[in-house]
Amino acid sequence: MESAGIHDRLKARFGEGVTAFEAGALQPFAVVTSDAIGELAAFCKADPDLALDNLMCLSAVDYPKAEPPRIEVVYHLWSYRHLHGFVLKVFLPREDPRVPTVEGVWGVANWHEREAYDLLGVVFEGHSDLRRILLPDDWTGHPLRKDWVDPEFYNGMHVKPTAQMAERAMAGEQLGVGPFDVTPPNRHVPTDQ
Amino acid sequence: MNSPITSDQAYGWRIEDLDVDEMILNMGPQHPSTHGVLRIELKTDGEVVRAARPHIGYLHRCFEKHAESVDYPGVIPYTDRMDYVASMGNSLGYALAVEKLMAIEVSPYVQTIRVIMAELQRIASHSIAVGTYGMDIGAFTPFLHLLRDREKILDLFEWTCGARLLYNYNWVGGLSHDVPEGFVKACRQFLREFDAITYPELMDLLIGNKIFIKRTAEIGVCSPELAISYDLTGPNLRGSGVPRDLRKDEPYCGYGQYAFDVVVGKGAYGPLGSCFDRNWVRAVEMHESAKILHQAVDRLEKMERTDVREKVPKRVKPNKGEVYGRSEAPRGQLGYYIVADGTAVNPYRVKVKSPCFTAMSIFHVLARGMYIADIIALIGSLDVVLGEIDR
Repeated sequence: MESAGIHDRLKARFGEGVTAFEAGALQPFAVVTSDAIGELAAFCKADPDLALDNLMCLSAVDYPKAEPPRIEVVYHLWSYRHLHGFVLKVFLPREDPRVPTVEGVWGVANWHEREAYDLLGVVFEGHSDLRRILLPDDWTGHPLRKDWVDPEFYNGMHVKPTAQMAERAMAGEQLGVGPFDVTPPNRHVPTDQ
Repeated sequence: MNSPITSDQAYGWRIEDLDVDEMILNMGPQHPSTHGVLRIELKTDGEVVRAARPHIGYLHRCFEKHAESVDYPGVIPYTDRMDYVASMGNSLGYALAVEKLMAIEVSPYVQTIRVIMAELQRIASHSIAVGTYGMDIGAFTPFLHLLRDREKILDLFEWTCGARLLYNYNWVGGLSHDVPEGFVKACRQFLREFDAITYPELMDLLIGNKIFIKRTAEIGVCSPELAISYDLTGPNLRGSGVPRDLRKDEPYCGYGQYAFDVVVGKGAYGPLGSCFDRNWVRAVEMHESAKILHQAVDRLEKMERTDVREKVPKRVKPNKGEVYGRSEAPRGQLGYYIVADGTAVNPYRVKVKSPCFTAMSIFHVLARGMYIADIIALIGSLDVVLGEIDR
């Protein structure tokens, strides 16, 4: 089935749940509301004419400059039965991006959603195990947000070179092999007594 | 300073959750048979695994963050470093996705070279996969035979582009180097040796070996529905009996012009979708790749040499848009979701759908109820490369 046909079918079934359809894009996509996505995903898989049984990719993209600022969650679907594909998008508010999980429909969504949570801070409601996946468990923040600033310290270690360190490195001094020369704030330094 | 770890759950199961006979066993991250730095937490009851939890991320190198801060061609060396056993496939997938975004059509000459490189890389990659799999479960010799032949492929690559592991070869709109004079002859020599010696040897020594079959044909069974739900692709999917291959379904680089078969698992010695089937598919696929290579070098020989950098844009700057491009890498479908904002020379967002990532996400389902020793056989049969899982 062509993309337009798939969109018509979803529009007929979900009405207001499907808010837009971009037919002119390289790969046409439909925008759906976050309230509808759970049911809509299950329908995409179960409907015999759509049979979109494979979630090829789930990504999140940050658009801070869009009006209003948003995070998009993008679902690339594929049907092994009919060999056709479709793209769904959900627009979420940037401050509090929350969307229902689809891991019950496609098992692979479990890890993709954990990755989107880890790197962009999208919260997937109802997810069975929403933990960080690629970054360490004690990491703070979500680095793929466009306003991300590299932290200066990680667990007490100085990880961002200071201007002085750069200067000394340029002068030929070997840095980074001995103890760090910058004592981070509120770190206990043992003394001889 | 960072906030301290607040969740007890963050690092794994709590002691209170265990039954009397259960024990938590950490496998990795430096376990030799995990093919990289993979840590698996196993909840065991004697020798039986009650539940498993893979922990990944030890090799995370921020590929997607890097990709946003360099220009489009600058991403290619980073893609090489994801699946470092099959770098040609990674850069090819990325180049194809950007070309799709910019509507660049490369010449048949470049396409043919790309096919040759991709298929040579597939043989090299499957050599590692099948060889180390045998080694994981006790067969050391086939590994040496296969590495001997992989070495010849790396020599061909080195001769062409100067690198043996990370090539930076497939560029957006072309290739970094043309193949050298005499490449076709050397390639034929390799194929002769592969067809006459390595492949039959492998089938006799490992794949047809009774001990190997008994060891692998009953374990790690994955049904087709489960495989599709967890997005297993490539040999893992075909091992479960689903005859899907992007080279046939959505031919790119002119794959439609080559005669080859899609290898599908048969379940000849046990249930369909077992560890043996996945591995058998890989082994036979090497033979199919050789078939494609024979045709491709014949084509290349008859073609007139053209400039392989002819279509390489001076400045890669796609218009506003986005594309999800996928290709059949040795480990399965490798997808790139690339968003271009139309103003910058660097990508707005690059998301990689790695076949190893999705293959690892099914692990906890397949591992349940297995013996600990079989876990090793299961990891090897999924053929994961941690560089690509963690990116």
